[in-house]
Amino acid sequence: MFADYSWSELGSIFAMQGFAGLVLFSVFVLMALGLAIIFGQMGVINMAHGEFMILGAYVTYLTTNVVEAVVPGLMPVSFFVAMVLAFFAAGALGMLVEMGMIRFLYKRPLDTLLATWGLSLILQQTYRTIFGAREVGVTLPDWMMGSLPLTDIIEIPINGLIVMAITLAITLAVAFIMFRSRFGAQVRAVVQNRAMAGAVGIDTERVDRLTFGLGCGIAGIAGSAFTMIGSTGPSSGQLYIVDTFLVVVFGGATSLIGTVASAFTISQAQSTMEFFLSGSMAKVLTLLTVVGILMLRPQGLFVLKVRR
Amino acid sequence: MTAFLNSPKKTELIGFVLLAAVILLVLPGITDAFRLNMVGKYLTYAFVAVGLVLCWGSAGILSLGQGIFFGLGGYCMAMFLKLEASTPEATSIQSTPGIPDFMDWNQITALPAFWEPFHSFAFTILAVVAVPAILAFVIGFAMFTRRVGGVYFAIITQAIAAILTILIIGQQGYTGGVNGITDLRTLNGWDIRTDSAKTILYFVNAALLLGVIGLSMAVRSSKLGRILVALRDKEDRVRFSGYDVAAFKIFVFCFAAAISGIGGAMFTLQVGFMSPTFVGIVPSIEMVIFCAVGGRHSLIGAVYGTLLVNFGKTTFSESFPELWLFAMGGLFIAVVMAFPNGLAGLYKSHAEPLLERFFAKAGERRVGSAEAPAPIAE
Amino acid sequence: MQTDKKGAAPRSMLRRKLMIGAAALALGLAAAPKLGLAQTPPTSEVNTTDLAVTDDTVKVGILHSVTGTMAISETGSVEAEKLAIDQINEMGGVLGRKIEFIQEDGASDWPTFAEKAKKLLVEDKVAAVFGCWTSASRKAVLPVFEQYNGMLYYPTFYEGLEQSPNVIYTGQEATQQIIAGLDWVSKEKGAKSFYLLGSDYIWPRTSNKIARKHIEDHLGSKVVGEDYFPLGATGFNSVINKIKLKKPDVIYAIIVGGSNVAFYKQLKAAGIDMTKEKPLLLTISVTEDEIRGIGGENIVGAYAAMKYFESLKNENNEKFVAAFKAKYGEDSVIGDVTQAAYEGPWLWKAAVEKAGSFDIDKVREASPGIELTTAPEGYVKIHENHHLWSKTRIGHAQTDGQYEVVYETKDLVEPNPFPEGYQ
Repeated sequence: MFADYSWSELGSIFAMQGFAGLVLFSVFVLMALGLAIIFGQMGVINMAHGEFMILGAYVTYLTTNVVEAVVPGLMPVSFFVAMVLAFFAAGALGMLVEMGMIRFLYKRPLDTLLATWGLSLILQQTYRTIFGAREVGVTLPDWMMGSLPLTDIIEIPINGLIVMAITLAITLAVAFIMFRSRFGAQVRAVVQNRAMAGAVGIDTERVDRLTFGLGCGIAGIAGSAFTMIGSTGPSSGQLYIVDTFLVVVFGGATSLIGTVASAFTISQAQSTMEFFLSGSMAKVLTLLTVVGILMLRPQGLFVLKVRR
Repeated sequence: MTAFLNSPKKTELIGFVLLAAVILLVLPGITDAFRLNMVGKYLTYAFVAVGLVLCWGSAGILSLGQGIFFGLGGYCMAMFLKLEASTPEATSIQSTPGIPDFMDWNQITALPAFWEPFHSFAFTILAVVAVPAILAFVIGFAMFTRRVGGVYFAIITQAIAAILTILIIGQQGYTGGVNGITDLRTLNGWDIRTDSAKTILYFVNAALLLGVIGLSMAVRSSKLGRILVALRDKEDRVRFSGYDVAAFKIFVFCFAAAISGIGGAMFTLQVGFMSPTFVGIVPSIEMVIFCAVGGRHSLIGAVYGTLLVNFGKTTFSESFPELWLFAMGGLFIAVVMAFPNGLAGLYKSHAEPLLERFFAKAGERRVGSAEAPAPIAE
Repeated sequence: MQTDKKGAAPRSMLRRKLMIGAAALALGLAAAPKLGLAQTPPTSEVNTTDLAVTDDTVKVGILHSVTGTMAISETGSVEAEKLAIDQINEMGGVLGRKIEFIQEDGASDWPTFAEKAKKLLVEDKVAAVFGCWTSASRKAVLPVFEQYNGMLYYPTFYEGLEQSPNVIYTGQEATQQIIAGLDWVSKEKGAKSFYLLGSDYIWPRTSNKIARKHIEDHLGSKVVGEDYFPLGATGFNSVINKIKLKKPDVIYAIIVGGSNVAFYKQLKAAGIDMTKEKPLLLTISVTEDEIRGIGGENIVGAYAAMKYFESLKNENNEKFVAAFKAKYGEDSVIGDVTQAAYEGPWLWKAAVEKAGSFDIDKVREASPGIELTTAPEGYVKIHENHHLWSKTRIGHAQTDGQYEVVYETKDLVEPNPFPEGYQ
């Protein structure tokens, strides 16, 4: 299929394709990070993860609308304001949910799955009632929607760059919180031995609540970022949920590095195959490969050894 | 929890007889042909719910992909019916007469090889049970021998459901795509669309369901059933006692898959089409909730749970279409938080003590069975 | 109730006279032409098949998804159908009977559609059903309508390959939408190479099949690529790279649902400015409804080929748009399917009045040849094959989310659901 093209064209396309793969990688990491924290650290399956993301997207929608109407001068930075608000909105909702629901179910992980599925139905219908069944169009600052032309063919999408930057920032922040801060030490202590952590004076309930809130907050940021590349509607969250779970499980669930590694593998596989095959065949092959590997190595790519 | 399992077999038997009475006498008695057909459709989901009671309630394996097996069973039956409907005479306007219409639309000029065996009714019946069971075996073997369980298993089955849906939709020349396989008319020459045929199918379906429940009861009360419960509660101890844990799990998973396949086939017969929406994630999770509402440990409860949720869904969506998602969501949460043992649990904790007191007073055990269904059926 | 009226002509004649009297009294000085009321024929005459028709009401069904993923698309159709029914009632109803609708939710789930369709026909005995959106839901209800002899008015543009005596297709079938559009880009824009894109299901695949045949056999141009994405896909960067490599003159896009938003946003971000028309983008799936989610600034410059745009300039459409906005708010938009859904009740009314009866068989017999001069899209007419004769137009997307009509076919395009040479 490449016979008709010059080397420089092919080189450019491969560069572009590499960039597309990196954008997809960032998207996957952003989707999966919040879930990985909740699932990996607390063993809770949050089926409403997609709806927390969409909450972030709706917060972005509202914020940019308000900014546009009240202080249009701030429009260029409105998106980042929205992102912070999205984090707090989703995080706060997450903590409420933890208080009202999740904390009664820690001993029954499969039941959290059903309960959060119920929550996701309720949230979807809530969005539909408030914002209408149709998708909403999020107005973004103009500078975020263009591209940087490097050569005739190579053009770098700015929104791709922004998604990558956000992902990098969030990942570093999470890594810092988890591995360098006092709170992170507490979280890890609770994961490894809850009773012992409680015995040395860690307020395990508070740690649980904050961890859940953090995971949901990151979902909110992800949703906010995805207004640049995807749709915002009551059921848009469902578009992401399967990919998200696969990334987390493939990465080994308890390991954040694993999540990043698996996002990288899956995104590169998918974006490469999409180039050579039709989009839906590429998707099926990617998913099949992932499930195939999981059959052979069910614990995922990286495993944290924990005494149970 | 263990109280259920130790409860005397007699109670279970009474429950079974009552269920049979409800399905075979009461429901057909009080509903017209249209509603009865709807009940029949709901009862096909009950096959899946019964399978889930075995898998999840008894053995602790939660599969979020039971829709796969329901769908496969349904597709097997649909392929047979579609071939029967696609006679060269009926499809004479196509560029290739004699193949299903959707194949013709996709420029397929000869029947694909994997469709050929579905000309045979006997093969189809076998496939309805065998295809889901074989896939379940492959999944189960890969997972359980490597000691994958719990949450991981749930998510992997979910992913498989997603893959299968995309595959079926993408290969529309071979599968009918997102439309599914539609316009099914006759079964071996017998028109399945008439009201009388639907009534007959309802009773066939009901009898099969009761048979499946009976079989499941036998499995549960056998030594095998005891081992399943043991490995759910303390898997390691069972393993250390020398049992091959994986083999038991694989067996029960395959059994549940086969049952679900029967449900799917009956669905196709009663509804007249099969579509990939049943293979996906959403129906698979909904079927888990049917089982949870009925009580994850109760085979009979699963049937009532399925009926209750579906009646609720239909009624709600008829009177307040925009509210039924709230109701469904609330039900999910309520069942998990407040009634983890579902209807069967409520019956055990509230109705049964009353009944026992009643029996004790009356000092008689032969009658009284008539009073029992009320709390369950509500 | 209507059964005991059969053969009780004198009584109903009396009732009719009373009603005329009552109507005359009630209307009194009002000069409105309430002719319909004055001509109210007795129920026993207009309803011999036990439909839900009384002396002053007739029941119809509305069957769309108001929950689930398809609610996004189907909401507009529900609104349009309700508006049409309201307007018909204000004019005195159909054969002197007010229309009452029973709305059912298909919940984006095909078996639910079948179940609800059966309920509407068997339990509610409605005289007509306006509904369905996706092909899959129509395929699911079709056997029900044929078995219980109902009448469905289906509003969506679709792939064709179907012609049921129990369905009136008020949207365009594939050839009507595709061929005129391709001819236009080929002639006006000199397009020679095409890249076909679609969501992976029957409508885009069938449409692209027809498009490919037309491009290769009739226009003598070539197709340089064809790609499909699963419904709900959100990543399009790889295919955009492929498009950049192949440099087609036209991207022919039939992407639906939430994927649309992702596709157009990523296309813009990748530096493809559609206003430059290199490549030009032609779609048959993005109506004004979808643009609301995509955002006008992300799709400006694209062309769409369909039969109706909100900006269409004619008296009928101005009235329709004003009424729609009065009822559903100034910021509501109207897409092609919404308009087609609006035509459903009117076409049914015209057929019932021509037949002088609500009976399905008589309405069916009366349907071919029914003309609608008041349709917002202009004049339409029902063909023998139950599809509509209609014009095809090309719209040019503007930043405000509206299309500017740049071309329309001179004559009505004949519907041809089984196109010879395109299969």
